[in-house]
Amino acid sequence: MSNLTLVQAINLALTQEMEADDRVIILGEDVGLNGGVFRVTEGLQQRFGEDRVVDSPLAESGIMGSAIGLAIAGMRPIPEIQFEGFLGPAYDQLVNHAGRYRTRSRGSVTVPMTVRVPVGGGIHAPELHSDSPEAIYAHHPGLKVVMPASPFDAKGLLISAIRDPDPVVFFEPKRLYRAFREEVPEDEYTIPIGQGKIVEEGSDLTVVTWGAPVLQCLEAMDSLPDDLSVELIDLRTIYPYDADLIVESVKKTGRCVIVHEAPKTCGFGAEIATMIQERCFLHLQAPIQRVTGFDTVMPYYKLELEYLPEAARITQGITACAAY
Amino acid sequence: MPIEVAYEAKIERLSILDQNGKLDEKLAKDTLTDKQVVQLYEHFSTCRHYDEVAFKLQRSGRMGTYPQNMGQEAAGAVALAAQKQDWMIPCYRENAALFLHGLPKENILLHWMGDERGNEIPDDVNMLPISIPIGTHMLHAAGIAWAMKLRGEKGVAFTFFGDGATSEGDFHEAMNFAGALNVPVVFICQNNGWAISTARSKQTASETFAQKALAYGIKTMQVDGNDIFAVYKAARDARKRAVKEHKPFFIETLTYRLGDHTTADDARRYRDADELESWKKKDPLIRMRKYLESKDLWNQSKQKKLEAKAKEDVSAIVKRAEGIEKPTIDDIFDYTFKELPIETRRQRDTLHTHSLGQFPEQETLQQTAAPAHA
Repeated sequence: MSNLTLVQAINLALTQEMEADDRVIILGEDVGLNGGVFRVTEGLQQRFGEDRVVDSPLAESGIMGSAIGLAIAGMRPIPEIQFEGFLGPAYDQLVNHAGRYRTRSRGSVTVPMTVRVPVGGGIHAPELHSDSPEAIYAHHPGLKVVMPASPFDAKGLLISAIRDPDPVVFFEPKRLYRAFREEVPEDEYTIPIGQGKIVEEGSDLTVVTWGAPVLQCLEAMDSLPDDLSVELIDLRTIYPYDADLIVESVKKTGRCVIVHEAPKTCGFGAEIATMIQERCFLHLQAPIQRVTGFDTVMPYYKLELEYLPEAARITQGITACAAY
Repeated sequence: MPIEVAYEAKIERLSILDQNGKLDEKLAKDTLTDKQVVQLYEHFSTCRHYDEVAFKLQRSGRMGTYPQNMGQEAAGAVALAAQKQDWMIPCYRENAALFLHGLPKENILLHWMGDERGNEIPDDVNMLPISIPIGTHMLHAAGIAWAMKLRGEKGVAFTFFGDGATSEGDFHEAMNFAGALNVPVVFICQNNGWAISTARSKQTASETFAQKALAYGIKTMQVDGNDIFAVYKAARDARKRAVKEHKPFFIETLTYRLGDHTTADDARRYRDADELESWKKKDPLIRMRKYLESKDLWNQSKQKKLEAKAKEDVSAIVKRAEGIEKPTIDDIFDYTFKELPIETRRQRDTLHTHSLGQFPEQETLQQTAAPAHA
C-alpha cells in the first residue's frame, strides 16, 4: 500500500499491466521519452523499450486508427490523446470504426483497446484543453466511457479497461492528477466498469456526479446545515452507468441533484434525470436539479472557475432542491 | 552557399501484358505460371458474371445499392501474391481478391442485401469487412501490419483504396505511420480515374498518385492495373520486401471503372462515351483471353464451358444468399459488446413484451396503464 496521486496510480496500473501482458503497448504524442505531457507515462519507455511505449507521429486520427489495427490483430493498445479537445480528429475512427467493428462483423473483428484522455477544466490550460465531452462518446453504441475521480478507483478501473474485450475511453480528470493522495494497494485489483460508488451516505438528498466535481461536491456538502443529510454518488463509469445505484438512492431520498462540468443541454445529466423519472417518478419529492457548465464554449482560464460547477453553485442547487 | 539537389526521384511504370494480349517475356519471367493465368482468367470471368448478376438483382429489387467491380478485376492478382497469413483490408471494389483470399462469395451479396452477416469473416481468414467510408481503413492496415511486426509474424497487410481516397487526411496519416514506424503494409491505390463524378484531374495536382508515397519515405511504383502480370509482380515483390525489411510499399494501379460508381449512379452524366470505349479495349479479361489463346491454352469450347460453369456457380451463390432467413430484430443487440450492458439487455429482452422494448418496469406505467394487448 502506498500513498499515491492519480498520476502515480495510473502509472502503476500501466506498469503492472505491461509487465503482465506483452500485448499491451502504449502509443501517443510525447508518451515515451518525455513521459507524457502530464508525466503519466513517466519511466515506462525506459522500462519497456521503444517498441512498447511509442512516440507516435503527431496525428490523432492516425493514433486511433492504427491502434484499432493493432487491437484487431491481437495487441492490447493503449493510445493516448493528449487532451480531450484533440479527440476531434480521431472522432471518426473512434465512433465509426472502433465502436462498430464488433457489431458489423458479428464478433469476428474486435477492438480491445483503452483510449486514455486527460479531461476537464480547472488547471489554467489554453483553449481546447479543458472540455468535458463524455456524453458525446457515451451516446455512441459500442464504446465504454470511464472517468475515475480518485487514485484507488483509477488503478482498478484502468486495469479493467485494459482487460476489457471492447474499446474503452478512459477519461482522466486533469484537475485531480495531483490534487490529493490516497492509499493504493501495490497488488493488482480491478473495479468493474459500470459500477458507481457511494462516496458519502445520506438520507435526504442524492447528489450524482463524476470526475473532478466529486471534490467540489464534497466541499459544498461541508457548508450545508448539519440536519441535511446528503448522499454523494460518484458514477465512475459514464457508459454503461450504474442506474440501479442511483435509483436505489433516489427511492430513499426522493431528491436528486446532478453535477457535471459539461454544458447542460444534452449533458449526461439529462440522461440520468430522464432515467430517474422513468424508474422512480412516484418517489420524487422535488424536481431534479442540474448544476453544470453553461451552454457556451468553455471560456479561457480567467473565467473557468465561474464556468465550472464550483461549491457555491452546487450548494445553491442542493439547497433549492432540499427546500422544494 | 550553392544550390544543391536535396532530393530527386522518378516513378516507374510497369507493364507486362499489353492490351492486345502480347506479353513481355523478359519481364514476365518467374511471375505467373500458365496454370495460374488460367486460374485467374476463370476466376475473374466468374467475378464479372457475378457483377452482372448483382446489377440485375439490384435493378429487380432483390438487392440494395451495389458497386460494380467490372473492369478492375485484375487487382485480384494481388491475392495470388498473398500468403494465407496476410491480411486483406479492402475498400469495396476488390471482390476478386477477397474471394481468392477466402471470403465466401455469398458474403458480398449479403452485405449489399442489407445483412450484416455478409461481413462475418471466417475464423481462418485474415481480412476486414469491406469499408464503406473512404480512406479510413488504411490506418487499420497500418496498425495490423504493426501488430504483425511486433508479434514476429511473417505477414503483410494489403490494403486497397481508390484515387479519391488519397485526398482524405487518414490516407496521409496511414502512409506517414507506415513509413515512420516501418511496418509491412502494401498500399494499393486503384486509380480508376473517377471518384464518383470527380475526375482524377480535379482530385490532385500530382502527376501521379504513386509519387505521394515518396513524401512518406515509401517505395512506390505505377503499374498497368489491367495487366495481371504487372499487378502480380508488383504485389509479390512488395510483399517480399515488406516481410524481409518490415517496410511499406505503394502500388498505383492504372485501371478504369467500366460500370457506374454504384447502381445509384449514372456515369453517363459526367463521363465521355469515347473515354469509356477506349478503356473497354483495355479490359483485363479481353487481353487475358487473347494471351491464353495465343499460347493454345484457351479456345471457344473452353470458353463455353467456363460461361456455363460461371452461370451455374453464381446462380448457386445467389440462391445461398437469398435463402438465408431474415434475422430477427433481437439480433441487432447481440454484438454491440462482448457482454451486453444491463440497459441494452433490457431493451432486447422486453422487445416481445407489451412494452415493445421500452422498459416495462416504469412504475408509473405499470400502475396506470394496462398492457396494450390485454
